[in-house]
Amino acid sequence: MKPADYLIKGVSLPDGKKADIAISDGVIASLSNGFKGEANTIIDGSECVALPGLVDLHTHLREPGREDAETVLSGSRAGAKGGFTALSAMANTSPVADTAGVVEQVYRLGQEAGLLDVFPIGAVTQGLKGEALSEIGAMADSVARVRVFSDDGNCVFDPLVMRRALEYIKKFGGLIAQHAQDPRMTIGSQMNEGVVSARLGLKGWPAVAEEAIIARDVLLADHVKSRLHICHLTTAGGVEIIRWAKARGIDVTAEVTPHHLLLTDDLASSYDPVYKVNPPLRTESDVHALREALADGTIDIVATDHAPHPTEAKECEWQEAAFGMLGLETALSIVQKTMVDTGLMNWVQVAERMSITPARIGGYESHGQALVSGSIANLVVINPTQKWTVDRDLVVSNSSNTPYHGHELPGVVAHTFYKGVATLINGNLTSIGGM
Amino acid sequence: MRHLLSIADLNKSEAISILDTASELARVSDGAVKKLPTLRGRTIVNLFAEDSTRTRISFEAAAKRLSADVINFSAKGSSLSKGESLKDTAMTLQAMGADAVVIRHPASGAAQRLADSHWMSGSVVNAGDGTHEHPSQALLDAFTIRKHLGMGGSDLTGLSVAIVGDILHSRVARSNVLLLSMLGAKVTLVAPPTLLPVGIDSWPATVSYDFDSVIPHVDVVMMLRVQQERMSDLFFPNAREYSRYFGLNTDRMACMKKGAIVMHPGPMNRGLEISAEVADSARSVITEQVTNGVSVRMAILYVLLAGGALEVGSN
Repeated sequence: MKPADYLIKGVSLPDGKKADIAISDGVIASLSNGFKGEANTIIDGSECVALPGLVDLHTHLREPGREDAETVLSGSRAGAKGGFTALSAMANTSPVADTAGVVEQVYRLGQEAGLLDVFPIGAVTQGLKGEALSEIGAMADSVARVRVFSDDGNCVFDPLVMRRALEYIKKFGGLIAQHAQDPRMTIGSQMNEGVVSARLGLKGWPAVAEEAIIARDVLLADHVKSRLHICHLTTAGGVEIIRWAKARGIDVTAEVTPHHLLLTDDLASSYDPVYKVNPPLRTESDVHALREALADGTIDIVATDHAPHPTEAKECEWQEAAFGMLGLETALSIVQKTMVDTGLMNWVQVAERMSITPARIGGYESHGQALVSGSIANLVVINPTQKWTVDRDLVVSNSSNTPYHGHELPGVVAHTFYKGVATLINGNLTSIGGM
Repeated sequence: MRHLLSIADLNKSEAISILDTASELARVSDGAVKKLPTLRGRTIVNLFAEDSTRTRISFEAAAKRLSADVINFSAKGSSLSKGESLKDTAMTLQAMGADAVVIRHPASGAAQRLADSHWMSGSVVNAGDGTHEHPSQALLDAFTIRKHLGMGGSDLTGLSVAIVGDILHSRVARSNVLLLSMLGAKVTLVAPPTLLPVGIDSWPATVSYDFDSVIPHVDVVMMLRVQQERMSDLFFPNAREYSRYFGLNTDRMACMKKGAIVMHPGPMNRGLEISAEVADSARSVITEQVTNGVSVRMAILYVLLAGGALEVGSN
């Protein structure tokens, strides 16, 4: 028998059982207690936990158009560093991903980078303008096989456009991922509307501007019997609406970002735009509601909303700064800190919320597979006992707008395997793919 | 104290010491020779990214009376209007050796950004940032109130102040609520509900929608300017209706307490939030606010750049 490509010895599976995982020819060749064969690379997994490779349903890779902020390659590297084996490239590029040509370009760039799968998300409307439907069918039939559509960055505000989009995607089992933000209620808005915005004199962004759209859209999804996904839920009120909709049997899923599980609006007191994000950081009670909802499954998944921006877009006055923060390289650590170390979730649930369920929602069949013999070897090995300190000068992303600079975080992503090949070994990116 | 960005940067004794220093400096301004040599050789830049003749002139006069060199850097015709970033402007001022920058800026937090960054090392004085704060205005208002109505003590204990108008967008109101309440005054904010921020419950002030019920009980009525752009943004039906409910006219002035005063940070919209008769009445201390502004700004620059308060009684 030829030696295995990799052997991860004595690693904990999500359920806590120990195993030796042998990887060969792109699959998990065996998963056993006491692997007897040879292996080319042997990894000590004794302090580590293995999870199916992380899947992000919400990533801004900025290419084409803003390659100074991020490229498909640099974002793929950041993803591999963070333990991801699949990313979903949001459509708000320049040009917008509203045609088969653009989504195929992004898909091809992902394949060329070769560090993980990049699944393009198509725009719902042409130019993200919220008026006319984009070429949804052509994108679905393209090489990129787009199933998730979103105008993220903008809300599909017109209820008739939203209704038609929800109906149209039923043709091929698609999904509309809504950025829930009433644009009229948020003209010029800068941060969560409340005690802190009142003090700072920054224009408020009311929770109701998010919740009103969620409420409308779950009713629309119910009416036309289609699939709705709510991007980056941030409010306790939004959680209540999703809970109600699910109880009623509406086909809705929801995501929360790592930063909304940890950070709160009082950080704006520094006027440092590294904390400026859309949707905005909310209050402590919202954070607790989001954590509980993620734990009980009301919120289905964690998605990063990784949003790179060049230095000058953040090194300015708050109201002039761009919205968004980096997320890929810190996501797992933030989830461990907020959900695992607090006792709200175990690693089985982390695997579900960060891999299995996002893969199912996106229709990414080669991802989120159980760690069993024969599965495609997309997996991540993390060391939850180690801590690390975030340094914005050392991030892999092309941008450095992380809100965690200087934070000590638990959980080190040690090894990432994509289709049986290590993209990250001992915390170091390997030289595969388009490197 | 290195910067003055917000009234929240001050504790009560620091605030009072600025007011006391201003009282001492006011005596200089009343003399034949209006100048002190204190800041000779120091450079103060007035960085005005937003139009404001009155505040700029007030700071300029204050700096000159302390013998500082003053450079005026205003939005129109400067690199600020050509899209230069705050960072590049700050680094330019640093390269020119500015000891202090007095900044007026349309973005809330701009002064704090300047102070917290490593772009420049001088002192930063917030001369009004967006809808956040205007601490020198609050200090001159407190100075004016103390001078007229102070009960002999150094603070404002026992006094009641109504601040009336667009609280939501007012940096003057934010700074005054913090300062006047810190100095012991009872502050009531009077405005239509649309012009009060969500989250105001946490402020050290009470709120009323009914000007008429408040007016007989306060010692100070401070009127705020209604900006032109609010007219078209659904905050109230029209200017006449605003004026009817929240304007200070002679009828309302007649209900004021004996000795109560009328204030306005300027510039006024005569006929809108304040009638011409009230603005020019004996109760009005509006032009005196301007005079006091110079002394208070001298005191701020003195405390920041000369390393401490002026001892009361010294000269």
